[in-house]
Amino acid sequence: MPDDGAPSIVVIKENNALQIYSLDEAASKLGLTVGLPLANARAICPYLDVFDADEALDAKTLSDIADWCDRFTPLVALDPPHGLFLDITGCAHLFGGEAAMLRLVSDLLTIQGFAVSAAIAANPVCARTLNRHVHGRIVGHGEEADAVGPLPVSALGASEAITVGLRRAGLKTIADVAARGRHEITARFGSAFTTLLAQALGQGDCPISPRKPLPDYITEKRFAEPVATDGAIMTALSSLAAMLVAALDRHGKGARRLEASFFRTDGIVRTLTVDTGQPVTKAEVIDRLLRERLDALADPLDPGFGFDLVRLAASRSEIVVQEQRDLDAHVHDNDELAALIDRLSARLGTRRVLVHLPQDTHLPERAVLPVPAQQHLTAATTAAWPERAEGEPPLRPLRLFDRPEEILVIAQVPDGPPARFVWRRATHLVVRAEGPERIAMEWWRAGGDALTRDYFRVEDEAGLRFWVYRDGLYEREIEQQDGKPVQPHWFMHGLFA
Amino acid sequence: MTSARLSTLATLRDRIERIEAQGDVLQPRRASLGHAEADAALQGGLAMGAVHEVFTDAGRQSAAATGFVAGLAGRVAPRRPLLWIRQDFCEREAGALSMSGLAELGLDPRGLVTVRTTDVEATLRASADALACDALGVVVLEVWGETQKLDLVASRKLTLAAQASGVTALVLRVAASPQPSTAETRWIVRAAHSPPSASWAAWGAPIFDAELVRNRHGLNGRWIMEWKCDERLFTEPAADSQPLAATPAHRPHQAQSRDQSVFKRSGYRFA
Repeated sequence: MPDDGAPSIVVIKENNALQIYSLDEAASKLGLTVGLPLANARAICPYLDVFDADEALDAKTLSDIADWCDRFTPLVALDPPHGLFLDITGCAHLFGGEAAMLRLVSDLLTIQGFAVSAAIAANPVCARTLNRHVHGRIVGHGEEADAVGPLPVSALGASEAITVGLRRAGLKTIADVAARGRHEITARFGSAFTTLLAQALGQGDCPISPRKPLPDYITEKRFAEPVATDGAIMTALSSLAAMLVAALDRHGKGARRLEASFFRTDGIVRTLTVDTGQPVTKAEVIDRLLRERLDALADPLDPGFGFDLVRLAASRSEIVVQEQRDLDAHVHDNDELAALIDRLSARLGTRRVLVHLPQDTHLPERAVLPVPAQQHLTAATTAAWPERAEGEPPLRPLRLFDRPEEILVIAQVPDGPPARFVWRRATHLVVRAEGPERIAMEWWRAGGDALTRDYFRVEDEAGLRFWVYRDGLYEREIEQQDGKPVQPHWFMHGLFA
Repeated sequence: MTSARLSTLATLRDRIERIEAQGDVLQPRRASLGHAEADAALQGGLAMGAVHEVFTDAGRQSAAATGFVAGLAGRVAPRRPLLWIRQDFCEREAGALSMSGLAELGLDPRGLVTVRTTDVEATLRASADALACDALGVVVLEVWGETQKLDLVASRKLTLAAQASGVTALVLRVAASPQPSTAETRWIVRAAHSPPSASWAAWGAPIFDAELVRNRHGLNGRWIMEWKCDERLFTEPAADSQPLAATPAHRPHQAQSRDQSVFKRSGYRFA
């Protein structure tokens, strides 16, 4: 906000009129309030700085601040439009106590240019009620009713109608409202308000929904001097990996998903995720996977002025089954293959390392399903493929086109194999042909009225073997229009060895 | 037992084997192909733990070359996992590798892991990693077209990695011409005609016109090999019942291999 002494307000269009959405201290001192129409505001104070509200940008800024607050606690929830809930259970001692932590967070945010109002309480609604009224209250467990009691009812944050209604009924403070019977309040103002009141007084539970799930194990390293060089970052990650593995080892677990977060001094947070197929229990494997992922980043990690916090978390972990191994066991072969697949997937992406599963369908292009190897390795090694017929030459081509290519064919009508065809601008003369193998489309599926295919295995004069098909049966499926001879379409689907 | 100790054990065992064998040259294990003449030229079979290259000159022959490579992989390591590293472009040009097709050839699609890469650089890095993993039996690299990156240096790295781990590497180069490299053997493969047979007889077994143009420890040659899908080995194509006058394209290749046998093994190398 420009700081030239003139009061500033932000306006938003509501009900076809511009109203004040929020204002700064100087403006509120002049007697302006939220909700006042702009014309009135200008009448009160002619030299106002007026800014347009941009809710999308506000939301994004709030989300960025929430990312930044990740350095204090992993459980951060949004309280739109302008608030954040931070669950600091178990974290406060790392920052020197609750009071010190509150001061630290508010100071750091104020330095970045935001006006902050913060409060700590055992219950998020209670904390919000407190900080609507004043900044910096810390309320312990059990003291909520006393702390919240003297506050005016507007601090509860209920809708305009309810707040006005409460004032009209003569209930000025929250203690007044609490003194009334529950059924009276519910009858007049609704059960939602009663729940809100109960939560503000510390009765009843109010869970927050954090933006990210809590990882199982977290290790982090803070730097007094921000680090920007690759070497320092990798050293930090290695030591974090060692700590993480030690923590996992104590419970006999291995990590399945690792998240490395890098917090820049200017507030931007960058997170890398690495998945593994098998639980990882070795620090050098974690190191290697993170290095692969860092090397393969499309836009490299930009430290800006440096990272002041690096965090390594195992967001998914599994118990590792210890097995007895003989001296020259090939039991660990599968583990080695899984480790190789993890490495290649970390570098190239999980969609590029594939295994194949058989599908129960007679359509050739759907008979095989490629799936990422990381998750489906065991399924693929134990899949049941259909047996091949003994004594027969291969009935399915070795190479199959994803999209069959159209070819021009001279063939005997109606069911004859191709005699000559043109594919990719080259003519092939057919020397032998076998077929047709009739494959009908799956009529029971939606869109299953596609044409039946007649597949032929053909060999041309150069010795190349192809798998072609004619799309549609002559009499039954391809209609003749207006006496013009109908042209069926032939396609090249695959190549035999 | 940690894996560090296991690998130390393996190295020590290797060294003792070598001392015991009074090793002059470390004899690689060989996988016989089943084709008598080819096996003879290869001194018993295809060397395992080495790099072998298969070239085709035209893109149309890519399916034949793929079949040949699949057959070689099936002979070298039938029960171990197979890693097939392929450039995206090969898929677009010649079609994806079909598992049902592989199963029809007699190989086991359960042991196949496919890696799709965008360019030759990524292919080489992935193959270097794969050759370091000794749980695999065979690594196949499929690269389309001429490229400068598969030069002597790259090929030497692959050879060393393959020797260290014992994993065989098969490099399939489609639409490329042979370049100097440290490969153990180099083949040029084309599709061959199915042998003439009666019109009601089954035809379509994979038949390859395989030319061995470079062999580090043996003779070169050119043979017609048929892959038997049931027995999973290469054989000579079955002689047909009615001997027909062979057209030039069908001429049997014994004449050519007789020429090659003039060159003795000692000291003569084909580049």
